[in-house]
Amino acid sequence: MTAQDQTSFKARAGAALADTTLKLAIDRTTGTAERKRAAALAGFPEFEAARARGAAIKDHVIANLDHYLETFERNATAAGAKVHWAATAEEACDIVVRLCREADAKHVTRSKSMLGEEIHLPDALATAGIERVETDLAEHIIQLAGEHPSHIIWPAMHRTREQVAVLFNADHKPPPDAEDPASMVQSARRVLREKFLSADVGISGANFLVADTGATCTVTNEGNAELTTTPPRVHIVTAGIEKLVPTTAHAFALLRLLVRSATGGELTQYTTFHCGPKRPGDADGPEEMHIVLVDNGRSRMIKDEFREMLRCIRCGACMNHCVVYRQIGGHAYGGTYPGPMGAVLTPVLDGLKQSRDLPFACTMNGRCAEVCPVRIPLPTLLRAWRVRSWEEGLEKAPMRAGLGLWATLARRPGLYRLASAIAVRTLRVLGRSGWIRSLPLAGGWTEHRDLPAPAGGTFMERYKAERAKGDSR
Amino acid sequence: MSTASGPRVGLFVTCLVDAMRPQIGFAALQLLEEAGCRVEVPRQQTCCGQPAWNSGDAADAASIARQVIAAFEPYDYLVAPSGSCAGTITHYPELLARDPVWGPRAAALAAKTHEVLSFLVDVLGYTPTGLRLDASATYHDSCSGLRELGVHDQPRALLAAVEGLELRPLEGDNVCCGFGGTFCVKYPAISNAIITEKAEAIDATGADLLLAGDLGCLMNMAGKLHRRGSKVRCYHTIEIIAGGGAGPAIGETP
Repeated sequence: MTAQDQTSFKARAGAALADTTLKLAIDRTTGTAERKRAAALAGFPEFEAARARGAAIKDHVIANLDHYLETFERNATAAGAKVHWAATAEEACDIVVRLCREADAKHVTRSKSMLGEEIHLPDALATAGIERVETDLAEHIIQLAGEHPSHIIWPAMHRTREQVAVLFNADHKPPPDAEDPASMVQSARRVLREKFLSADVGISGANFLVADTGATCTVTNEGNAELTTTPPRVHIVTAGIEKLVPTTAHAFALLRLLVRSATGGELTQYTTFHCGPKRPGDADGPEEMHIVLVDNGRSRMIKDEFREMLRCIRCGACMNHCVVYRQIGGHAYGGTYPGPMGAVLTPVLDGLKQSRDLPFACTMNGRCAEVCPVRIPLPTLLRAWRVRSWEEGLEKAPMRAGLGLWATLARRPGLYRLASAIAVRTLRVLGRSGWIRSLPLAGGWTEHRDLPAPAGGTFMERYKAERAKGDSR
Repeated sequence: MSTASGPRVGLFVTCLVDAMRPQIGFAALQLLEEAGCRVEVPRQQTCCGQPAWNSGDAADAASIARQVIAAFEPYDYLVAPSGSCAGTITHYPELLARDPVWGPRAAALAAKTHEVLSFLVDVLGYTPTGLRLDASATYHDSCSGLRELGVHDQPRALLAAVEGLELRPLEGDNVCCGFGGTFCVKYPAISNAIITEKAEAIDATGADLLLAGDLGCLMNMAGKLHRRGSKVRCYHTIEIIAGGGAGPAIGETP
């Protein structure tokens, strides 16, 4: 669980549900995302074939991860970069902080990276006394607000443009000329531009690590990754080891899926391959390039039932199409990654006990898996966490007892029919009008909706009676 | 009427239909027989085990699955008036994957398991005749049937054969209603937010009837619509196809 949230999932979800501005912000962004993705796919008839290929590429890399990691390290080193290995989030942060200190860095710029959030790099830099400037527009907004991302593609999607205007007016000197989006973007450009040029170190993530060239790839729509990684003397990349692809062609095969699934575009405004530091004769580029490869639980996932989650290319389509995410937003999940993919990953990163609600706060409707560009069976993986929760005894006693009683009856058809006949009679007495407005032990249901009373005797009783009548004729 | 030569179908009634709305089971029985099947209702059935499985209780789910397999494997087909329960049965091979005896038996049953409306259309090629219902209706795609079993066109095709019935599009017809089995009682506030939007969309169609293929979703939607004072009446699609559109809707007394 991230440092900001020690409250319970239900309390966070309840607060989110009560926030009408949040709902407006979520509906604006996810609604647009859903429409744009649908339009992009309408013009991409080979989507199903591309999905199958995308899943196959990721599965192949995961099955041969050692080989591709070594190949990547060899080629990145040959291109002049230095590769560092981090088993945990702490190790990764320690490496980045050490590299910043070695570069005598006072100011660093950072382009949006969910891996950086996952390892809590912003906190580590703050603790080390290094000033960090977020250069992605949405990350700039949440840095001003002192928040964490609520979506993996649109980190500030929980904030309306009206709320952003308040933040910018308070922070930007001079404030934006007007409160329309164009004026606010212009103001952010003005503020960030000088930071780009004065930074000692630029830190980025990577959408792909290309094994056969040793390059890292970033995609943005703002060009901030290029301005983060090019002017400073040192460029540090932090990336999860699952970001590997064999070749540039494979990166493009996945890019076609990523961009359409994320924003509904065909390609992002900027797609950059960073291959080693500045070479002799280059007009610009960093003098040093460091690549920190982060495991943080990933190699453990290769061996367990969550292996398919390593296919994830972080497009956010699953959360944009999730009925639960669209009601409660990202912060209620309490982890780095929200939505369906977050509900699978957060127990890996923070432990199941801390995040046990997440795999259960899902209706298992399957829409996330339907839209996933690399066909991750998200409901199956969420169910796997439920099984672990049951096996580890984390399910609460009343639910365990209730389900145990029900299962005992379900395995004894004669007894089950007797019990259901009694239950049906009781409910019919309680619901003579046809509806039950309040029912003990079913408050979760009747608090919000009426319960239709059973329509008559059970099917099995009536069927048996009708058969008996038929036989006696 | 059933014929001696038609396929032998084991009707999986489902626990919810058994207890809450038996007419759905009788509608399924009637239509399967009209379409030429020899239908039996095995007495050894209770529930498909989904509540246990979705709660993570894999051992109880597997035990119930073995009971369903034993009861239904003698039939040519297992047919259920629910995409959710039929969907669970198609997942039995996953549940019993490590069981060398029951794994293959689970796979064999899964391969002949069908949701009733899609079975009528896809397997039996059934088209209803002589049906008339002067009403407007809107249709919600229940998630399990839609995504696990491909139930989408078949109920619409059957409803198109009902004279006088006007089918109105529902905004977000493929979006979950917020039922989710134990989800709706474990996370009532989230479930309520989801079903409230669904009920608003249903009311916005102005249709007389709401139809769907799963009783769990229907009870959720009907219960919310009633609480809101909506006049929309809710039926399982198969009730309409079996000519039951004049009978009491969910929550109505005869």
